[in-house]
Amino acid sequence: MKFLQYLLYGILFGIILIKSEVASWFRIQEMFHFQSFHMYGVIGTAVVLGIIGIQLIKKYELKDFRGEKIVFHDKDKSVARYLIGGIIFGLGWGLTGACPGPMVALLGYGYVVIIVAFLSATLGTFVYGLLRDKLPH
Amino acid sequence: MDIIHQPWPWYVGGTAIAAIMFLLIFSGKEFGFSDNLRTIACMCGGGKFSKFLDIDWKQRLWNLTFMAGTFLGGWIAYTYMRSDEPMQLSSSFLSTLDSWGLTRDVKPGELIPISLFNFSQLGSIVGIVLIIFGGFFVGFGARYAGGCTSGHAISGLSNLQLPSLIAVIGFFIGGLFVSNILYPWLLNL
Repeated sequence: MKFLQYLLYGILFGIILIKSEVASWFRIQEMFHFQSFHMYGVIGTAVVLGIIGIQLIKKYELKDFRGEKIVFHDKDKSVARYLIGGIIFGLGWGLTGACPGPMVALLGYGYVVIIVAFLSATLGTFVYGLLRDKLPH
Repeated sequence: MDIIHQPWPWYVGGTAIAAIMFLLIFSGKEFGFSDNLRTIACMCGGGKFSKFLDIDWKQRLWNLTFMAGTFLGGWIAYTYMRSDEPMQLSSSFLSTLDSWGLTRDVKPGELIPISLFNFSQLGSIVGIVLIIFGGFFVGFGARYAGGCTSGHAISGLSNLQLPSLIAVIGFFIGGLFVSNILYPWLLNL
């Protein structure tokens, strides 16, 4: 099955989210209160390593596993959509204490009620699709 | 506590998350978890109502598979790797929790306060706001901003994207408001 590798990466990702406590509501609220370094350490480490790795990929024009050149896409320029969309996402992140990845990991961890937040998030995406043309981007 | 069951320090977690991003990059994919919500909305027939949701979901099956793996990973972490001690939270945050009446929710193996996140809370204002409104904002905001924590805070910042920095600042404006102002108010209603 050609998707087997993604299943494996996903399994690792789920374990990482739980074991590093990134999926924890407690850690998210602690972060938004600036009462612990933990979350900043996790995100900071990932971003620093990410910047170094991506610079190396670009500099040496590395190829992916299939032998194709790795290309990075620049995000569209705008302020409104990132700021407004970001604030709305942040409200949700704070309220649920989980972003989409952690929601799924928490479901697997056995917090069945999180399915309601996940379905609600899917509905949110659906409603965004309906309103998209009317929103500033 | 043995190495399998104890929680990981921040530098292990951060390194592991970067590793996942690079595994996806070297597979020719982009790390962006909330795109799955768009795919599911498309599969639910969203394309009939919105061009934005009219996408070729078959091209995104790899990411849905990744999501299925994330679920399994959560299950494996619970079944085989669960910590038998309460989370080591900072003492200042423990006093915040105390003021919210949630001290007793810090229990071995628990990652979220189950007194707030359970099915019977869905009948209360607090539960509806936290779980239903919260979830809705996550899905709406992630697509409006063009990405969630994985797409902007990790992938975008790693690629030095200014839009991602703006989005992350937005994440914090929203999160700081909710955690510092809305939560104390809601929990003392």
